[in-house]
Amino acid sequence: MTSTNINNKLTQLFSTKQKGLLNIYFTAGFPQLENTRTILKALQDGGADMVEIGIPFSDPLADGPTIQESNDAALNNGITLKKIVQQLQGMREEIHIPVLLMGYINSVLQYGVEELVADLSALGVDGLILPDLPVDEYKEKYQELFEANNMSMVFLVTPQTSVERLKYIDEASSGFIYVVSTASTTGNEAKDLAGQKEYFERIKNAKFNNPTMIGFNIKDHASYTEACNYANGAIIGSAFIKMLGNSHLLEKDIKEFVSFVKQG
Amino acid sequence: MNYQVDKKGFYGNFGGAYIPEMLVPNVEELRNRYLDIIQEESFQLEMDELLRDYVGRPTPLYLAKRLSEKYNTTVYLKREDLCHTGAHKVNNTIGQILLARRLGKTRIIAETGAGQHGVATATVCALMGMECIVYMGSVDMERQKPNVERMKMLGATVRPANSGSKTLKDATNEAIRDWINNPVDTHYIIGSVVGPHPYPDLVARFQSVISEEMREQLIDKTGSPNPDYVIACVGGGSNAAGAFYNYLSEPSVNLIAVEAAGQGVYSGHSAATTFLGKPGVIHGSKTLLMQTEDGQITEPYSISAGLDYPGIGPMHANLFETGRAKFYSITDTEAFNAAMLLSKLEGIIPALESAHAIAVLENLPLKKDDVVVINLSGRGDKDLMTYITRKDEFTK
Repeated sequence: MTSTNINNKLTQLFSTKQKGLLNIYFTAGFPQLENTRTILKALQDGGADMVEIGIPFSDPLADGPTIQESNDAALNNGITLKKIVQQLQGMREEIHIPVLLMGYINSVLQYGVEELVADLSALGVDGLILPDLPVDEYKEKYQELFEANNMSMVFLVTPQTSVERLKYIDEASSGFIYVVSTASTTGNEAKDLAGQKEYFERIKNAKFNNPTMIGFNIKDHASYTEACNYANGAIIGSAFIKMLGNSHLLEKDIKEFVSFVKQG
Repeated sequence: MNYQVDKKGFYGNFGGAYIPEMLVPNVEELRNRYLDIIQEESFQLEMDELLRDYVGRPTPLYLAKRLSEKYNTTVYLKREDLCHTGAHKVNNTIGQILLARRLGKTRIIAETGAGQHGVATATVCALMGMECIVYMGSVDMERQKPNVERMKMLGATVRPANSGSKTLKDATNEAIRDWINNPVDTHYIIGSVVGPHPYPDLVARFQSVISEEMREQLIDKTGSPNPDYVIACVGGGSNAAGAFYNYLSEPSVNLIAVEAAGQGVYSGHSAATTFLGKPGVIHGSKTLLMQTEDGQITEPYSISAGLDYPGIGPMHANLFETGRAKFYSITDTEAFNAAMLLSKLEGIIPALESAHAIAVLENLPLKKDDVVVINLSGRGDKDLMTYITRKDEFTK
């Protein structure tokens, strides 16, 4: 079991709490360039169990319109991966929940994989999610580096992922397995969790080494609760970004959003 | 040295399949089955028949006497512009639609920039009676209205890509997103030698008929299958891949790839990827691409909509890195004037893309007894409005 090699806030969280975990994704530098820390703190104060900070990319091909637009807006605001790293300096003085970064491999390649892992590790970031990094390449080139830095690597599985591949991905993952709820880009309003019961049962009974979090098309209390029946928790992205885009009082709205999702 | 794809899907340092997990089952299915399917006898018979009777292959290899005289050498034009639909693109769409049928797919998606690949895809979908959805940047839809109408007439649905810069790279993103959302019944017909493995290899194989015919035709005309130069323009690089394919391991054949310099390589309005690009990942493969220091993909520019792609196929990135192919870049003005020249000297109005390949004759150290083959990838009908409206600007 890979995850035993890693000891960080993410693995510690799962060792103490196994049910109903809420993970919120937001795009760094959106709606305003300097909102990153404000949002992070408000999410923690509101009761989010962990967060994923999105690294904006010009060509986010797994994302639907909401996250695409937040990426474009953040890039227009002047965000870069270097700025995100700067914005997170000193984060651990006030942020105690697990923090992951999620983005596309090209951003990381241009920064330099070793440099980024070292910088994030120094900041107290717990893990990375890079959906277009092949599992093989991670195992071959980067797994040692990640483990040496106590950095988790989270891989995705989907309804189409074969049984053998589920096992293979579980072995490579550390932290949790990101269970994509439906065959979908992010925030696809045409898709929902209805009809996914069989898939979720399969995941629930798969006896993974890693905990599981269900994401994509989780948007409110009902879908969060449904996902939590089958996994350790749920991940919300597009619905949160949409709320941020319309918010005039970020901190208040964020706390209300988290409370609404958790309590209904 | 071997310039073909290796078992892991790489050309040297380039290629691979950098795709989100949602695409893995589709891409793996394709990877596991494409070679077996395209090597089946029934597949090859069907493909050969369609290429002959529907596309009009073999396309002629034409000795361009007046052009040869001007450059004091021997220039042949491989007439891909005479293919049905007016460009080489249809070689690939015929192959991929036959493949899609054997994979049991019922729905076809494609991306298009200028509309040539979209038209070629809509054409084969009409031929096979299959549903066809073409993604096209909304900016390109405005610029290339006749091709939008052609696709609709052929029964395709054209969906505007409104994300990002609203051009070819965004249309490609939208097609990939469609495939993520429709993972079972859909085949994605990529138009160039780009995308995750096995697409670059698949498309190169379907285009390799170009150099296969060249070899036979050159034996008849010159006594040798090998010319001294093969010249082709490169956007993503599908026509160049086809023209180079059967010469990759013939070191005596100089391979010349011509990129679009736009308003000048360092003008900030260019698509000369090998000059301006760095290694990175675009549309599922590692290759050279134009990007910022932060890794954001930048918008290329060329007068020719078929060449303004911010990357090049991984096969070409490797040919560049190893030096097997030499890369030149040609400005809008040079290409425009080459189109005028070919029209007047040979009675052939080329596509703006292909005009870049003609223009590079000015830059090569050609000798009298050299044999030069230029892949004339497409005809100029689609560019007529540009030729008419911008003549004064480029010819003063």
